[in-house]
Amino acid sequence: MPKVLMDGNSAIGEAAIRAGCQCYFGYPITPQNELIEYMATHLSRRKGCVFVQAESELAAINMVYGASVVGARAMTSSSSPGISLKQEGISYLAACELPAVIVNMSRGGPGLGSIAAAQSDYFQATRGGGHGDYRTIVLAPSSVQELADLTIRAFDLADKYKIPVIILGDGVLGQMMEPVEFKQEAPAVLPVREGSLRGAKGRPSKIIKTFTSNPAELEEINWSLFRRYGLIKKQETTFETFMIDDAKLVVVAFGIAARIAKGAIRNVRAEGLKVGLLRPITLWPFPDEAVKEVVKNVNHFLVFEMNMGQMLEDVQLSLEGKGEVSFYGRPGGVIPTPSEVSRVISRLYYQKGLK
Amino acid sequence: MLIKTLFAGFGGQGVMSMGLSLAEAAMLEGKNVTYLPAYGAEVRGGTANCTVAVSDDEIASPVASSPEFVIAMNQPSAVKFQHHIQSGGLFFLNSSLVEADIIRGDIEIVRVPANKVAEDLGSPKSANMIMLGAFIKKSGLVELQSVIESLKRILSTKKKLIEINEKALNAGYNLF
Repeated sequence: MPKVLMDGNSAIGEAAIRAGCQCYFGYPITPQNELIEYMATHLSRRKGCVFVQAESELAAINMVYGASVVGARAMTSSSSPGISLKQEGISYLAACELPAVIVNMSRGGPGLGSIAAAQSDYFQATRGGGHGDYRTIVLAPSSVQELADLTIRAFDLADKYKIPVIILGDGVLGQMMEPVEFKQEAPAVLPVREGSLRGAKGRPSKIIKTFTSNPAELEEINWSLFRRYGLIKKQETTFETFMIDDAKLVVVAFGIAARIAKGAIRNVRAEGLKVGLLRPITLWPFPDEAVKEVVKNVNHFLVFEMNMGQMLEDVQLSLEGKGEVSFYGRPGGVIPTPSEVSRVISRLYYQKGLK
Repeated sequence: MLIKTLFAGFGGQGVMSMGLSLAEAAMLEGKNVTYLPAYGAEVRGGTANCTVAVSDDEIASPVASSPEFVIAMNQPSAVKFQHHIQSGGLFFLNSSLVEADIIRGDIEIVRVPANKVAEDLGSPKSANMIMLGAFIKKSGLVELQSVIESLKRILSTKKKLIEINEKALNAGYNLF
């Protein structure tokens, strides 16, 4: 299929349909409305598929819960304040080991914040978000093409590990248009997940529930969740590196910030500064082994985020006290420019005596 | 080389369509391209804008703090964006509507009577395509043929509109 020019939100919608998404439930909020709009037009037309504009974010996430119980590939999306409202449902999905894909086109916060792009939901996304001991897989795309590719991966991961998967984007990624290519067709037969509730004919009845009155039993459920999380960490951690081979300073950034950082690195490389990039693609599991590998050859790190320093903590934890970490961040929905980040990088480079 | 172009005007002047046509044309030429619509709490009669970045390399940011080219379709945009243009850049003014005094001496100003030409053609709504045609000619960013191709894709179901827009695009292109 040739490339088409598409905004990020619509690209997620198209990719979800091609991944076999059968149910979409959402409630409008900027900057992700193009996704709901796309699903309203395209998913609702498909045989056996359901689109519902729910009465609230809570309703939407609980509809996802219901659809997932019966084995459908289900999805919801929102933006920061709306994602906060969905947290109870996400915790329930995690407890019941149910797959789901949740898109957060995050915006400036806290509170209702601004409708501009920000990365301030890193903590919420990577630490579970709701109550209880659980994790969700968090994918952080940095282009419209990657939004499409990671949406397909999100559905596969959710089913494979029976876990909610969060796609953490931002207002710019959601609304900008870029050429995108879809590499797979939508399945003719929609997949039905094994173990889903479709009537108990020929087998003993089964209950999917989140309440477990016996603490010992609940402990075992938690243990089993965390054994699976360990497996996910081992098998699914993904990251990208850029020009780190001879680097004296490595920038760590994700999503749209990583893309801006890449531009900045190209600028300073042209001036002979040896700077590279480490971009986590899975924010959870965080690529801590990759950070540990980089610090063997590089002592200086610059964490760059569009928040006040959230992934910064994961970088510091991964480094276990080794290396020197600096931070540059812009919160509230301000989008830094590549030349601004270039200046920050060169200043740091000279201050640390790397030239 | 990375070139950023900002299109600005009243909501309804077809500012977003201009950007979209350019972005689609750049994609058809195999270039890297991003299109970013401005999403603010705009007021009626105020400015709407979008940014198109075209490059042979990967594009770091779709945002333009100092674009090479700015197209101002109305007075408020001309006032608002004249200071954003990079030194040596091109500033396209819709001279049918813009009376602003441009105080910058380090940029080239291209005055296009877009509304007047469109009215003379008998399709006043196509002022945006007059401007886009003039922009393509003066900037050389993409080929005219690619923009015509992109119009055919964007307006695929509306044959009559393709004809009107193509005519306006050619008229704008031939102004210079």
